[in-house]
Amino acid sequence: MKYLKDIGGLLYLNFGHSNNLKLLSIAVAFLISTAGYSQEETSKECTDTCSEQCSGVCTDSLKIHQLNEVLIISPKKKLAYQRESKPLSSVDEYLEKSQQVTMIKRGAYAWEPTINNMASERLSVTIDGMRIFAACTDKMDPVTSYVDVSNLSKVTVASGQKGSEHGACIGGAIDLKLDKTGFREDYLKVSIEDGFESNNQQMIIGADVNFSEEKFFIDADVIYRKAENYTAGGGEEVLYSQFEKYNLSFNGGLLLDEERKLTTTFIFDEARDVGYPSLPMDVSLARAFIYSVGYEQLHLGAFTNWESKLYGNSITHIMDDSQRPDVPIRMDMPGWSDTYGIYSQARLKQEKHNLLFKVDGFYNRSLAEMTMYPNDSNQSAMFMLTWPDVRTLNTGVYVEDNIAFEKAELKLATRITYQNNLVADEFGLNSLKIFYPDMDAAQNRFLSSVSAQYSKKVNAFDMSIGISYASRAPSVSEGFGFYLFNSSDNHDYIGNPELKNEQAIEFNGAVTFKNEKLKIGLSGNVFRMPNYIIGEVETGLSTMTIGADGVKIYKNLDNATITNVMFNSEYKLTKELKVTSGVSYHRGVDSDARNLPFISPIAYGSTLAYQKNSFYGAVEMQGASKQINFNPTFGENQSKAYTIFSLSLGKTFYISKNQLYTKAGVQNIFDKYYSTYADWNNIPRMGRNFHITLSYKIG
Amino acid sequence: MKTIKYLFPILCLVLSLTSCSTDDDDNNIEINPVADLMMVKSITANNHTIEIYGTDNQFNLGYNEFSIRIKNNATDTYFENPTISWVPVMHMTSMSHSCPRSALTISEFSTVANGFIIFQMPGNDTEYWELTITYEIDGTSYEAMEKISVVAPADSMKRVNSFMGADDSRYVLAMVKPENPDVMVNDFTAALYKMENMMTFTPVADYMVGVDPRMPGMGNHSSPNNEDLTYNSDSQMYDGKLSLTMTGYWKVNLILYNADGDVLKGEEVTETNMESSLYFDFEF
Repeated sequence: MKYLKDIGGLLYLNFGHSNNLKLLSIAVAFLISTAGYSQEETSKECTDTCSEQCSGVCTDSLKIHQLNEVLIISPKKKLAYQRESKPLSSVDEYLEKSQQVTMIKRGAYAWEPTINNMASERLSVTIDGMRIFAACTDKMDPVTSYVDVSNLSKVTVASGQKGSEHGACIGGAIDLKLDKTGFREDYLKVSIEDGFESNNQQMIIGADVNFSEEKFFIDADVIYRKAENYTAGGGEEVLYSQFEKYNLSFNGGLLLDEERKLTTTFIFDEARDVGYPSLPMDVSLARAFIYSVGYEQLHLGAFTNWESKLYGNSITHIMDDSQRPDVPIRMDMPGWSDTYGIYSQARLKQEKHNLLFKVDGFYNRSLAEMTMYPNDSNQSAMFMLTWPDVRTLNTGVYVEDNIAFEKAELKLATRITYQNNLVADEFGLNSLKIFYPDMDAAQNRFLSSVSAQYSKKVNAFDMSIGISYASRAPSVSEGFGFYLFNSSDNHDYIGNPELKNEQAIEFNGAVTFKNEKLKIGLSGNVFRMPNYIIGEVETGLSTMTIGADGVKIYKNLDNATITNVMFNSEYKLTKELKVTSGVSYHRGVDSDARNLPFISPIAYGSTLAYQKNSFYGAVEMQGASKQINFNPTFGENQSKAYTIFSLSLGKTFYISKNQLYTKAGVQNIFDKYYSTYADWNNIPRMGRNFHITLSYKIG
Repeated sequence: MKTIKYLFPILCLVLSLTSCSTDDDDNNIEINPVADLMMVKSITANNHTIEIYGTDNQFNLGYNEFSIRIKNNATDTYFENPTISWVPVMHMTSMSHSCPRSALTISEFSTVANGFIIFQMPGNDTEYWELTITYEIDGTSYEAMEKISVVAPADSMKRVNSFMGADDSRYVLAMVKPENPDVMVNDFTAALYKMENMMTFTPVADYMVGVDPRMPGMGNHSSPNNEDLTYNSDSQMYDGKLSLTMTGYWKVNLILYNADGDVLKGEEVTETNMESSLYFDFEF
């Protein structure tokens, strides 16, 4: 509340002369956002440099040093997102278009992103730089499930240590950038969006209002989705795959003067009645409050682009099994995750050097419970803490230097992080002490990362090589989880507070050839990971979950190695017709030459896209080979090869100054029944699905 | 001014020392030795009142700790260092027997004697317990006797076993600790007595009790890092560890081994055998 007061003071100082209505509306925007700090998105590099080719995934070839994939969702100016085959698809579907990202699916909702075949605990997933941690012990609510496409302008996918700007990570980072209008004169835009999907009768309704003046802006949007069970290829209904969600978001900005501005963000996201067909439980409520207040100043002594943000978020996640007819025992599993954070960063440009300094910190509280109700109603309920109120205090310093040479660039980056974990609940601490009698309530860890990335342009070739080292702390589940059931390998998992930090040494390289018609790229990376953290069977322990095969305890392996190789190409057949293709190979083994779980088989995809004036059409093909390297120890079985085809058509109509955008298409045209390596317990994917989107923009 | 500067800390020191000594004086207030306990029974005999205190206000089936003091009704004061002994007797329809009990020893308070009794069965309409207390004050022996009501727990949980072992001896095994189990590694203590005859029970040394806690309401799963009960010669009881991973109903399955390792009572819990015939159970 103190911050609110401060903002109130600033408002009055700077806008005392403004009319009352304006003041009121700003005040309302700030009030809604309670107390947080946020920042205005200044980087427009993707929209500016490659909007022409933004048909989903856009790799910024002019800035090869970045090598970050940027997924365009909805830049306000360009309407490029409507070139998407399915504009109102979920964030998950957008992410899936990135060649580096695959989504682990437990149902039709809240897929879990992986980069370089590494999932949540090895990634840094942020919303506008804000750290958020899921509240579900069973990974039913990845951070990406708490935003929607209506909020986002783009998603930055960074591989390996290129993602360490927002937090310590091993595999990479995803930063979801919120969509903000920015400061414009007398700008008012209203858009209404409506979508329908035949397969699961999904209805999508969204509205968007962007209002901007020279000195301030307000963006507000709302989106609502409701879906029934989907059907797999061949017509089999996938029970418990329904979901319902709505998302509200507000962004506001206030230009204090030429130098300084204030921004704020508030997001409310709530999903109810979400089915998870591959899991034994569903979710009755998943709710997030996300808020921030930011301050930006162009110059600070020798520094430029000084940005600071204060943020918070609060997640409630309620798992329940009341809709399931046959369960061995009824249970409730609520979880909570609250995070408060701050960061401040500034740039320093000196001749060839372009430095970024950043200090950041967050405090997270993760708590999850499990209550089981015995079938014998005379017995009292059984209660345990599955996340024993773990408090994580994490502070770090990040420094990056981009050194420009003629036709080449070197990026050096390092992050040092201090992390303190405290098991705050005595009941929970005593529970863990059953396994670790000498365990302390608190533990400290130091994490570090360094990386160097060199890129060079030689004629029509762009080349890049990089090397990095990083470490990460165990996640809350890995360190402190208590009898967390994994339905994929059918084991109960016990956290291990004695785990060492996991490390990764990464080598990467990329070559891109580009001329007017053709673009070909080959890239690859190898992660050598000492102390790789994974659950190993502990014989002699009794399973808690009825029907489970055993108990696993998180351990450090000697090491593990993950390799990814990707090839992609783009060829312009004519001015209007373009074909893009990609193939990727992945491999993951541990020090005993065992296959790691959730490693993709060879995956491929191709798109033939036609665009002329306001018409857009595309045929997409996507598939994977049979999975050869899988591991039954980790609950995997062999996934079969598949290929599916999709088609989409779109056209924009201009009605006076307004635009009506229509898009229709069909996914999985041949209604193929398939399931990939990333589908939890082999749940089949959606069969044939017709979709239609209507979008009407006023102003 | 300078003098005051030096005097002030000295003054403070003196004041603080003075206040400390005042605190010490406060500690001389008399402490009620049974303040935390509840009155279980009060027997009036021989112009004395025998007060029996416990953690509950009744005699419970299983292990009970008692504190006893004897009041001289004439002077309204408690006798110091009385010698007290007790004999509980169960009057059944066809026979009478006693139960395991400790001696009564004077506690840190000279007026109070402590001990325990393990009632292996409750009383009912036709069968009852009678407690005889014999005590000696200033060389004179007195006796008091009264019927007592021993109550089985309302939740019908089992905290005492009375059984015939494979060696044809009769044993009583009672749970002493934890009194209030919690989700943690609990200190686990049990008392084992052998019935020598109807009136004599002696503590058994050097046996071993295997411990296997289970949750029958949740697939009969167990918990890790339990420790079997082994003999502690100081307390003449058996100590071990009991891990409870969650709240709810637990059945602690037990197997009694003699000093040679022969099973006297109890069975292993397996997929087909859900419970041992020797067990404690409780709910929390």
